[in-house]
Amino acid sequence: MSETRLNLNRREFFSYLAVGWITFGAAVAGMASLVFRFLYPNVVFEPPMDFIAGRPDEYELGVDERWKNVYGVWIFKEEGRFVAMSNICTHLGCVPTWLPAENKFKCPCHGSGYYPNGINFEGPAPRPLERFKVSLNSEGKVIVDKSKIYRYEKGEWNYPGAFISV
Amino acid sequence: MKNIIDMIMAPEYSFTAVVVLFILMIKYVDKIATKKFGYSLLLGMTVFIGWLFTDNVFRLNFFATNDNVPIIFLVFLVVWSCWFSLYKGIQNDNRIAAGGVPLEAEPENREKVWSWPNLVYTELFAIIACTIFLIVWAIVFKSPLEEPANPTWAPNPAKAPWYFLGLQEMLVYFDPWLAGVLLPGLIIVGLVAIPYMDVNPKGNGYYTFRERKFAITTFLFGWLVLWVFLIIIGTFLRGPNWVYYGPFEVWDAHKVLAANNVNISEYFWIKLLNQGLPKNILVREIAGIIMTVGYFVVGIPLFNKFFGNKYLKRMGMIRYYLMVMLIFMTLTLPIKMYLRWSINLKYIIFMPEFEFNI
Repeated sequence: MSETRLNLNRREFFSYLAVGWITFGAAVAGMASLVFRFLYPNVVFEPPMDFIAGRPDEYELGVDERWKNVYGVWIFKEEGRFVAMSNICTHLGCVPTWLPAENKFKCPCHGSGYYPNGINFEGPAPRPLERFKVSLNSEGKVIVDKSKIYRYEKGEWNYPGAFISV
Repeated sequence: MKNIIDMIMAPEYSFTAVVVLFILMIKYVDKIATKKFGYSLLLGMTVFIGWLFTDNVFRLNFFATNDNVPIIFLVFLVVWSCWFSLYKGIQNDNRIAAGGVPLEAEPENREKVWSWPNLVYTELFAIIACTIFLIVWAIVFKSPLEEPANPTWAPNPAKAPWYFLGLQEMLVYFDPWLAGVLLPGLIIVGLVAIPYMDVNPKGNGYYTFRERKFAITTFLFGWLVLWVFLIIIGTFLRGPNWVYYGPFEVWDAHKVLAANNVNISEYFWIKLLNQGLPKNILVREIAGIIMTVGYFVVGIPLFNKFFGNKYLKRMGMIRYYLMVMLIFMTLTLPIKMYLRWSINLKYIIFMPEFEFNI
């Protein structure tokens, strides 16, 4: 046991205590802010939410995969309607495969299957593929806006914007 | 022969076979818990698995993913540890039935040693041996590097790590909220709760089977049938698009399986009553809601009739009903699997409006 004693009066003791706590608090706050900063990535992979998909008459009837790898969008054209579908499975978010021979989408993760129009018919998927907003610009080209989605089970597929009449 | 195996290994048949084998195992546990049976089981499994490897297609599928190697180890280890505990348990049960004490309670086995150094040294060597094994393994079986991640593309089949393939198999039959969140949560909570619910003091410090028959049977059913076997299905019997492929079947991504899954509400309103689905959600799902409520309201008293007398008194109200709830939630998995296989059922209660699907 050392016998050294600091000669501190009450006021000095509390000022040391205050300085100590403020320093400690500042250090913790600084570290916490670093951790908080770390939660936000330096680089974000965010493709633009809308893109121009060309004229509707450039597409054949049926499913078109040309935007799938870039924007994650399938174009589906049937008699009278032109729609843009999300390529995210509604079960757990995998990317289904388009099987032209079987005329269906099939998810590789748990086997959910969808008709070409996006309606789910097999496997565990609880609802159809979501559709994106489509509109025509002044040149007659389709603008697909992925920030606005239309869900079948909410009866939104007949809303204006969910499809283009062709 | 191989065609027959491809056919009977389909989940609906092989799962049933495993359930039957499990019941037989519990019923004829005396025969199984013998060295003779243990050796013949080991021999039979080795010969069967060795025979599987003589097939080119099986070998190709097997070595396509290196995950499959530990699962072969797992199969042997699980079978061995299960057999070994039954063997030791029945040995003790026979001693107790003959008026003796368990082997572990014999005077020469009651000698106590210090955990340091006896246990800690053993653990240290086990750690070192495991590390060496893993390093050698990591060198011998190189992990296959795939292409950079791409958010618009998924491998086919997209398989979880091997120890999660049972969960992935569960997800085929359920909404992700159930099979991905609720049921795994209940598995963990239930496993944590077991020591608090199990008030049977028997089997403390020694192997036994007959003194803990109910506990061992329920646990082994969940472990062997609902977890290990589902991992085996997910590993060896699921190919592209998560479709069933027999062990000797080539993984052809274009295998077509006609599966049109139907909800209970559609069975009830469209097929049975020949009318459209009602607008009101609760009315639409009424059949499924009645089935779900009935499962508990009818099932629990029925369960009480068989097991209530013995366990309700021993465990007390709260423990007993917690256990009953856990067992009933566990049984939803095989029930839903059989409903899918038999009537192509998709969901019993189907409310996508609220993301609520059972």
